[in-house]
Amino acid sequence: MNAAADQGPTIVDARGLRCPAPVIRLARAAKAAAPGERLTVLCTDPAAEHDVPAWARMRGHTLVGTVRGPEHVAITVEVRPLHASSRDDEGPAAP
Amino acid sequence: MSTYPDPSDGARDVTDPTSRAGTRRVVLDAGGHAPLLPEARQAFLEALDQGWADPRRLFSEGRRARMLLDGAREAVAAVVGARTEQVDLAPSHVAALHGAVRSVARGRRRVGPGVVTSAVERAALLQAATFTAPDDHVVVPVDGSGRVDVDAFSSAVAAPGVALAVLQHANGEVGTLQPVDEVHAAARSAGVPLLVDAGASLGHTPVPPTWDLLAADAADWGGPAGIGVLATRAGVRRTPDWPEDDDRWFPGGVSIPAALAAAVALQVAEARRVREADALRDLVDRVRTRVVADVPDVEVVGDATDRLPHVVTFSCLYVDGEALVTELDARGFGVGSGSACTSSALEPSHVLAAMGVLTHGNVRLVLPTGTTEADLDAFLATLPSAVAQVRSALGVERL
Repeated sequence: MNAAADQGPTIVDARGLRCPAPVIRLARAAKAAAPGERLTVLCTDPAAEHDVPAWARMRGHTLVGTVRGPEHVAITVEVRPLHASSRDDEGPAAP
Repeated sequence: MSTYPDPSDGARDVTDPTSRAGTRRVVLDAGGHAPLLPEARQAFLEALDQGWADPRRLFSEGRRARMLLDGAREAVAAVVGARTEQVDLAPSHVAALHGAVRSVARGRRRVGPGVVTSAVERAALLQAATFTAPDDHVVVPVDGSGRVDVDAFSSAVAAPGVALAVLQHANGEVGTLQPVDEVHAAARSAGVPLLVDAGASLGHTPVPPTWDLLAADAADWGGPAGIGVLATRAGVRRTPDWPEDDDRWFPGGVSIPAALAAAVALQVAEARRVREADALRDLVDRVRTRVVADVPDVEVVGDATDRLPHVVTFSCLYVDGEALVTELDARGFGVGSGSACTSSALEPSHVLAAMGVLTHGNVRLVLPTGTTEADLDAFLATLPSAVAQVRSALGVERL
C-alpha cells in the first residue's frame, strides 16, 4: 500500500465483521500505511461507527468523516503523520 | 419500622453450582441486582407471616398488611425527603419510570407533548419517552465523561410544549453524577416538572432534594427485585393513561413482603453508605489507577471524582467484550459489560456510544456493599493476564 495522500483513500472492507474485528482490520491497515495516507473502512457492525473514532483518538489518527449508506457505514481516517511502529511484527505473538 | 443491626459480610461468597465445587466467586456487577441484604431477607420472611393478607380488607389481618405497606412507604419517604402519601411503590423500577412518564405526559397534555431527556438515561426511560412522545422526544447530548450539557438541556426545557424533563441523578454504567441542581433550576423556571432517576444512586450516595418526581430501584440497594419507587411532589399534575384501579398509580399493587424488605434494605444501605462510602470510593480509585498502569491500551471512562462511589467502567482496545467477560468468569469474577457482543441486540451500550468512548472490550464493575480489598486485589491481579489472553487469541498485541 503506497497510495499517496492526494490519491483516493485505501478501502478496508470490514463488512460482516463484528466488534472488535472491524477496528482490528483497520488497525492492521493503518500500521502498513504511509503517514498521512487516508483509509476508508466499510462496516456493517453498529459498534464500529462509535469505535473507529474512539480508536483514532487513542492512536492519534485523524477522523476525516463518516458516511452512512443504506448497506454500510464508511468511515475515513488519516494515518497520523509520525508513524512510529515498524511493519515486521504482524500476526499473533506467543502468549 | 426498625433498623436491624450490622449485617454480616460474605453473602456474595457463593458457590456456583455449574462450576467446580468450592470455587470462590466474586461478583463485582451488582447494578440493579445487588445481593439481597441479610436484614432484608429476614424482614421478607417475617412479612410473609405478618403481611400476607389483602391490605384493602377491613378485618384485622388486612389492616395489619396495610400497616406494613404504609410503614414501608413511610420509611422510604423519610429517606428520600418526601411525605408518605407522595411515595408510591411500583412492581419494578421500569414500571416506576414508565408510569411516571406516561402519567405526567397525560396530565400535562394541554401544555404539549414534549419530553426532554439526556442521551444516557436508562433504556427503559428512553423507550418510555419515545413511546409517549414519538415525535417530540428531545435527547440532550453528553460530554466525554457522560455528563449532560446543562445549557442545551436548559434550552430544551424552555422551548414551548414540554410536558416533562427527565435526568438521572447518576449514570449506573459509568458512575458520572449529573448536574441535577442546575437542570432542576432551569426546569423550574420553565415551569416543567423534572423526573430524577435515582435508580443507580439511592442507597449509595446522597440524593439531592431538587426533583419533582423521583424514581428508584430497591434491587439496586440490596432489597428484593420487584419493588420500584416513585415519589411525586405536591403540585405535579398526573393522570393515568391506563385503566382505573384501587392502586391508581401501579394497578394491582405490590408484594407487601417485598415492600417491607425493600424499606428495611434502604435503611441499612443508608446507614452503611455513611460509614462505608469512602471505603468503596477508595477501592474504585484503586481500580482506576491500577487498570491504567497494568493493562496496555485501556481507557477508564466516566468522571474520575464527581461520580458514584461504587461504579467503575473501562474499555480495552482490540478486545472482544464477551470473550473477556467469559474469561474473567472462568477465573471466578462476575463483571458486566456494555460491549455490543454482550447484548442480545448486538448493539453497544448507548451510554458509551453517546460519550464517544470505545464500546468494545468494555468491563463494568458495580461493587456490592461489603466488597473487600482482597476481592478487588484478586481481580486486579488476574485482569492483565485475562486481557492479554483474549488479545493473544486475536493476534493484536502490537497493533
